[in-house]
Amino acid sequence: MEPLSLAPITTTHYLLLSAVLFSLGTMGVLLRRSALIVFLSIELMLNAVNLSFVALARQVGGIDGQVVVFFVMTIAAAEVAVGLALIVALYRTLGTTDIDRASELKG
Amino acid sequence: MEVFLFYLFAVVAVAAALGMIFGRNAAHAVLLMVVNFSMLAMLYLLLGAPFLAMVQIIVYAGAILVLFLFVVMLMGQDPGPLWEQMKLQRPLALLLAIAMIALLVPVVSGRNILGAQFGDPVRPFSSDPHALAEGLFGGYVLPLETIAIILLTAMIGAVVLAKRDAYRTKREELLNLDEV
Repeated sequence: MEPLSLAPITTTHYLLLSAVLFSLGTMGVLLRRSALIVFLSIELMLNAVNLSFVALARQVGGIDGQVVVFFVMTIAAAEVAVGLALIVALYRTLGTTDIDRASELKG
Repeated sequence: MEVFLFYLFAVVAVAAALGMIFGRNAAHAVLLMVVNFSMLAMLYLLLGAPFLAMVQIIVYAGAILVLFLFVVMLMGQDPGPLWEQMKLQRPLALLLAIAMIALLVPVVSGRNILGAQFGDPVRPFSSDPHALAEGLFGGYVLPLETIAIILLTAMIGAVVLAKRDAYRTKREELLNLDEV
């Protein structure tokens, strides 16, 4: 496959890296039971998407991709603030961050 | 040179992500994410987005991960719980990850996404803060103001969530007063 050669780096290389990082983040969300690690994996997924936005911004030649990345970073910061407050509250209530124990609403 | 740098940053980023996912220590995971985000910032530099690279380091590595570290410090060390509840969860998750990569590879290797073919030379453009500001305060001013409101909401929410104990104590106080 062409992108795997030592040819000059094209947009495809960056998009492949973004796909790999996104899949790794998904795997982290599915596999881990610690709420903190799940949250970190979500941040990894967000960053993978940021990378693909910047790569495509360079490809298409517009600033719009980078503006979107700016917005995504801001939203991620807001989300982390609230999410970490939630995790701390969860830890205070449950005594653990094991997400499998947070099953009060379970049928 | 660019080829070497790209592969260096990419391999270190993926290795750090793997270390975070399969690691046992929460603090190590956060520090590995710092490495990962720094490698992504370097990749943004390679892609000609210097302002975004600096914002990435300042916001992600400098603020968000520091918040994570505070929480790790607050909660102490998890006693390393078992990873999976279901018997087949780990192989299934690995299968899902491989399937995702296998599905994404032909999509991103395609030749005609967004009307621009990936074999085309990239179109460099001025991506200094001036150009970004023109975009932000030009066509994207409405999302910008919305994000300001979102940040305000997040701040209020974080404060409310953190003060929950004081609220409960006050409520209990009031209830005890009613019983008397």
